[in-house]
Amino acid sequence: MLDRRRFLGAAGALATTALLPRIAYAGPAATEQRFVFIIQRGAADGLHILAPTGDPAFLKQRGVMADTVLGGEVLGESFFTLHPSLKRVGLLAKQKQARFVHASASAYRDRSHFDGQNVLESGGRQPYTEKTGWVGRLLMQLPAMQDRAMAIAPSVPMAMRGSTQVATYAPSALSDASDDIMTRVSALYADDAQLASLWDSARATHELADNLDLDGHRGAAAIGMLAGQMLAQPDGARIMMMESDGWDMHSSQAPRMAMQLKNLDAMIASLADGLGAAWTKTLVIVASEFGRTVAINGTAGTDHGTGGLMMLMGGALDGAGQVDADWPGLNPAALLDGRDLRPTIAAEAVIGASLAAHFSLDPERLMARLYPSQPGLKPFRA
Amino acid sequence: MRKTDIAWSRFGLGPRPGDEPLTDPIGWLRDQMDDYRPDLASTGALASRARINADFYALRTARKQAMQAASMAGDAKVKVAQLPQSRQFRGHYEAQAAVRIRAAVASETPFVDRLVHFWSNHFAVSIDKPLVLGLAGLMEFEAIRPHVLGRFEDMLLAVVQHPAMLLYLDQVQSIGPKSQFGQKIAARGRNQGLNENLGREILELHTLGARSGYSQSDVTELARALTGWTAVGLGNGPVQRLTTRLGGEPGDFLFAPPLHEPGKRTILDRTYPQAGMQQVRAILTDLARHPATARHLATKIARHFIADEPPAPLVARLETVYLEKGGDLRAVYAALITAPEAWANTESKFRTPWDWLIGAFRLQGGVPEMPDNPDQADHQLAGLFAQLGQPIWQPGSPAGFADSAGDWAGPEALFRRVEVAQRLARHTSPATDPREVAGRVFGEALRPATAQVVARAESPQQGMALLLVAPEMMRR
Repeated sequence: MLDRRRFLGAAGALATTALLPRIAYAGPAATEQRFVFIIQRGAADGLHILAPTGDPAFLKQRGVMADTVLGGEVLGESFFTLHPSLKRVGLLAKQKQARFVHASASAYRDRSHFDGQNVLESGGRQPYTEKTGWVGRLLMQLPAMQDRAMAIAPSVPMAMRGSTQVATYAPSALSDASDDIMTRVSALYADDAQLASLWDSARATHELADNLDLDGHRGAAAIGMLAGQMLAQPDGARIMMMESDGWDMHSSQAPRMAMQLKNLDAMIASLADGLGAAWTKTLVIVASEFGRTVAINGTAGTDHGTGGLMMLMGGALDGAGQVDADWPGLNPAALLDGRDLRPTIAAEAVIGASLAAHFSLDPERLMARLYPSQPGLKPFRA
Repeated sequence: MRKTDIAWSRFGLGPRPGDEPLTDPIGWLRDQMDDYRPDLASTGALASRARINADFYALRTARKQAMQAASMAGDAKVKVAQLPQSRQFRGHYEAQAAVRIRAAVASETPFVDRLVHFWSNHFAVSIDKPLVLGLAGLMEFEAIRPHVLGRFEDMLLAVVQHPAMLLYLDQVQSIGPKSQFGQKIAARGRNQGLNENLGREILELHTLGARSGYSQSDVTELARALTGWTAVGLGNGPVQRLTTRLGGEPGDFLFAPPLHEPGKRTILDRTYPQAGMQQVRAILTDLARHPATARHLATKIARHFIADEPPAPLVARLETVYLEKGGDLRAVYAALITAPEAWANTESKFRTPWDWLIGAFRLQGGVPEMPDNPDQADHQLAGLFAQLGQPIWQPGSPAGFADSAGDWAGPEALFRRVEVAQRLARHTSPATDPREVAGRVFGEALRPATAQVVARAESPQQGMALLLVAPEMMRR
């Protein structure tokens, strides 16, 4: 309970970060490093977000939809074009604070959202074989951060499940309950371990939100700002997960994608702004359960595919400004099952390698901890 | 938990203040299957499909005009949601949601109503799509309620023919590439054709289940077979004009031969000859009776009623009954309520927001009146479920809302329940004694901590709010 309150900064009289236990691994002021995982639920179309406009087969396959990326930031030796709705992300790429990994995928090779998200988040080889998530297992490797994890969601997402208690927060349209009843509810749950733990976490988080005077804000930019400020606090969160829904575009993809990316861009922009100086100590990874078909379907959308896009951002990103891809090509013969972008880079390898660099951990050892059921996997090197 | 509590809450929708402890809990559940009435008295007041359809297209026109007017006036933003037509259209959804809520709160057959909600979520549509907003409730009333005690294949067929499902999973726009219509538009150079969304979800979510052995080719073949299954006057452009010309009342199911892909189809190694709409009927019947479907449905039912990780022997028994009785759901429910696992003395399920709020209303003896603004009652009622994180008919995905504790037992979710409980309890009559309600409803199952905290409350309202969020109310 004491650690939780300290993390949430609810009581200034309590211990500060200086009193946190000394950490067992290398790297100066390791509790200053921040990590944010943004999951795009619904299978985001990487080919539309970072379009391989240098591949002649792309224009052929995508037709009019290919034109909707015109005017966006040109990257990766002019082979790729970033969707123009991603203005801030494009700027970050120019400033060498964003990096892209294309034609990447988790170990999952089927086309169910729910199974795919489970594999991406749990880090297993098969759906529902791992009971905890890789962010949860990362926390086990970062003892000083175990009580400083938060999900911007009403409940703990799969990726963050593990043995540590993760705080959750989601802005509410309801008015806050009175302090009096909150104390009484604590008494009500005193002999119920599950409810008591949930309730303590909820109370502490709301105290923090009240201090920031942000309660009740909605919208992508407000959520990003809230998250950024929670991460920026000296005693605030260090490991965070955010959810972005609505990427499943079976029809009318072009206008929906423009709107969806505008929201994601606003969230990332305000996250970076809210972090302020701490942006240089932050790593953001954006990923989706899988990509979408290369060809447009009969309803101006795309269907569930395989290879997709990962985006990495941060103020001090290693190797930033690049597109990493072992480009498989988009000719019909090059496609997976004759329909999907063939994945050539393992998402797990990218996650493991970038987290190891960010937290000054041994890459091989971290990979083994994060993905115990994929022992053959080596950390990604560009 | 007493057996009475298990019958009331695990199988039913929670106790009401006047309920007497049950002497025969299994018999109480079994009798409900005879007493259940598929028609809801209040559905007569709801708008018809044709009316909802007409309102939707009126809204679309109004929206277009508003955007044009705004662009002429140089305004960058149009507040579409504030158009009177938008509010009016959303009113259809809110009225349907309120019918569902009030029926659940007043239900004398809460076990069967819980099953209706279960199947409605199994065949989930989500009101994120504009027209589905007006039709989602009708799907539950028209396709789920009549079949909840019947055969699974009849429910499946009714759902797949409902305009809400046809729209939600993009079926209304799917065209057979080699169909009469498909060839015509291909000759004009239009890129419009097959959409495999409904076909995929029928296999993955509605029948066989994920990882049960079907292939991408089965998905595509089912999508091809489904072409022509559409509804009158929905969708856009030439398809809309075609179905309007062919069909009857707007929104009604229609098999449109000009959209249907010719030829035989092969699914799970079985070939289905071309027989118009009989082709899909035959496929759906086989899918409904497939062992993988039996396993998938038995697991979901056991998870919903018994435990997040359902006991394997129970799943196996339900599966066997399902297969032996040709998908007769009533036989499956009979096996469920007599299973010893069902009566184990553990609070094994964390209540979803829907479960919790319906249970809270029932414990208070009904949905509170909102006398300040009766016109807004439906709107506020539907809004409460959204604020708790489970907006009615809006799971956001065809998989429906999740059904295990990990998805609902979050700190923020609990916080919101406390906020809502406070708001609901404001309507508690000062003459109500929450100590007495707690004792009467929970009997010897009442925890000492709950009794004490409720007894020490500063007012009946606060006592009721605390009772509504007590551990006894959070699990079933």
